[in-house]
Amino acid sequence: MKQEYTVTVYTENQIGLLNRIAIIFSRRKINIESLNTSPSEIDSVHRFTIVINETEEVVRKLCRQIEKQVEVLKAYYNTNEEIVWQELALYKVPTDVIAEKVKVERLLRQYGARAVVIRHDYTVFETSGHREEIEALIKALEPYSLIEFVRSARVAIIKASHGFHSKLKEFERGEPGEEVVENEFLNQQEGVFSM
Amino acid sequence: MDTIELAEEITKIAATQTINITGSEAVLKALIAEGVKTIFGYPGGAIMPIYDALYDYENELEHILVRHEQGAIHAAQGFARTSGKVGVVFATSGPGATNLVTGLADAQIDSTPLVCITGQVFAHLLGTDAFQETDVINITTPVTKWNYQVTDATEIPAALAKAFYIAGSGRPGPVVIDITKNAQIQKFDYEGYTPCNHIRSYRPKPIIRKEYIEEAARLINSAERPFVIFGQGVILGRAEKEFKTFIEKGGLPAAWTILGLSALETAHPLNVGMLGMHGNYGPNVLTNECDVLIAVGMRFDDRVTGRLDKYAKQAKVVHLDIDPAEIDKNVKATVPVWGDCKETLPLLTELIEKKDHTAWLRKFAEATEKENEAVIFDELHPTKDEMSMGEVINVLNELTKGDAVIVTDVGQHQMVACRYAKFVQSKSNVTSGGLGTMGFALPAAIGAKYGAPDRTVVAIIGDGGFQMTLQELGTIMQYGAAVKIIILNNRFLGMVRQWQELFNERRYSFVDIQSPDFVMLAKAYGIAGQSINERKDLKAALTEMIEHDGSYLLEVMVGKENNVFPMVPQGCGVGEIRLR
Repeated sequence: MKQEYTVTVYTENQIGLLNRIAIIFSRRKINIESLNTSPSEIDSVHRFTIVINETEEVVRKLCRQIEKQVEVLKAYYNTNEEIVWQELALYKVPTDVIAEKVKVERLLRQYGARAVVIRHDYTVFETSGHREEIEALIKALEPYSLIEFVRSARVAIIKASHGFHSKLKEFERGEPGEEVVENEFLNQQEGVFSM
Repeated sequence: MDTIELAEEITKIAATQTINITGSEAVLKALIAEGVKTIFGYPGGAIMPIYDALYDYENELEHILVRHEQGAIHAAQGFARTSGKVGVVFATSGPGATNLVTGLADAQIDSTPLVCITGQVFAHLLGTDAFQETDVINITTPVTKWNYQVTDATEIPAALAKAFYIAGSGRPGPVVIDITKNAQIQKFDYEGYTPCNHIRSYRPKPIIRKEYIEEAARLINSAERPFVIFGQGVILGRAEKEFKTFIEKGGLPAAWTILGLSALETAHPLNVGMLGMHGNYGPNVLTNECDVLIAVGMRFDDRVTGRLDKYAKQAKVVHLDIDPAEIDKNVKATVPVWGDCKETLPLLTELIEKKDHTAWLRKFAEATEKENEAVIFDELHPTKDEMSMGEVINVLNELTKGDAVIVTDVGQHQMVACRYAKFVQSKSNVTSGGLGTMGFALPAAIGAKYGAPDRTVVAIIGDGGFQMTLQELGTIMQYGAAVKIIILNNRFLGMVRQWQELFNERRYSFVDIQSPDFVMLAKAYGIAGQSINERKDLKAALTEMIEHDGSYLLEVMVGKENNVFPMVPQGCGVGEIRLR
């Protein structure tokens, strides 16, 4: 079953790596719904957050292909339940309309938005949250001549993650550590080895 | 100051001493430090500084001037495959670099270690559509294991150290280092060359998990009809001995992919033949009858598996591979044995019981018998006037005793050669398996000869593929590479014609190909040769070819509409293999 997965990739900060990762998806005709690159908690380690709609099997294989790239340290994939995530959006609306017709105060409170800029010709609101919350505010503002809208990529924190510091130490040693890749067969299919 | 202190002092001074050299010299020093002796290349504007430096290194580095960059990279592939070392290529920017792309894709899919150094326009011209500028890094990203652009000479030693380490370690592959012209010219303080042996984000081999080895051994020990299928991983891992010990102890029948061919000698009693679309009958049919399938260093290519939902569904699968991304990619592994098979095979051998599986082996022998009657005997001993490709290979086997390096191109002759050529030692079969690159064989044979100078190298090529890279006859002429060339000429693009015959109602759409007089062509390049079309001349002609001092071209006219059988038609399972 296809569902939304968030792929988190820890990498070296290297020119061209974005392309190397992106073509792993495009080669298989998989659309990237959202892509964010940012620094991580560790200096010099970069973090990609990629959202795609796929089956778990496809996502697992993609992650192995991503990890195979020389400059990738580790790739994780998670369902929405396993992460805390946010997107950020900006909305530009004409100030006169908004001032006259909307109860701005209620709007801001209801949608957790805030005004970033207020000029005589336009006002920019900002909100962050899940997709539905952001889209709800578009709906609310649409009747009032929404001039411009933009939404950021998803950023996500893995709930179960203890950070990447210990993992990185392991990578810096010549020999790889114990926990490399999990294997679902040994963990789940007890019947597998009985003949 | 006593002598020890003095010695320490001298070492310290020596360590801080640098020499002032150009980026180009640093490139050549890196190659020498990595033990490179042979480079295949073609000069051009953006790589001229490196070629200028090369002028002074004639004694240390041998440069083979090819006739086309595609020839250079295929030659480097042939070199890597017979020598087990990293092949090195020089090419210029723009068209020089784009001409490498086919070879890079070929090396990527067949895991061949290469370091390709391309010249690039001056750094300040990048992105300006300068003369012979092309975005080599982005063009080659999908077909390289790693690539990197150098714009400053100080980066060169480290970049090349990384390149050689990545190309040759783990699952090998091609690497491109693109060096801008300013970096080649630039002088810098060179502190010597340090080979690379660790990159924190790169794991050449996964760690070996004991519990998987134990589970794999348990499966193999409990199997009644175990079947081993092996690929190039055995050769790349230099694990031929370990592999043989493993199958001998377990009494395990073993079949090969065409890239695994020659890892186990053809005559070995446990060698049951070739897998896949034109493989042997037994290995294909019995894949669907075995109870434990043990895959060693192979990647379940679609040409090997046929339809996946009809592939070995009854079997438990043990998959040994160095590349974790290969596990479960096409066929789900019951037990994945991650690791270098050089290390995992002995661990497994220790835990398996000594067995012989006589009854199960008899089934392979019976299948061979059936295939002999239906296909092989007629192919090797035809009664028709026209010669068959198989009988040429058969006589060649007799003369070489299986000790030659066989380089094949792509098509019918490739399948026939892989099916019938005999091998007594590893690294003897060079072919373009994954990418199926027509035009591969002639340049690859040149490289193969440099990789194994003491061995007889025979290139077996079709009339179509030969015409794709025949300009490399010029390279053979210039350097006297003693490559023996057999053109199996059926006056057709035979494999496509066979498919058109079988699946497109004999609608022979553009497969009727004309050829020049190949013998005269060879003569123009100073290469001896002859053309034969009668059986009675075959043995004498092949003998003359082998015994001739230097390169030789032998054209053999073979049956125009012969087909390669057995065959697993596309979209069918391996069990549905057709004998005719």
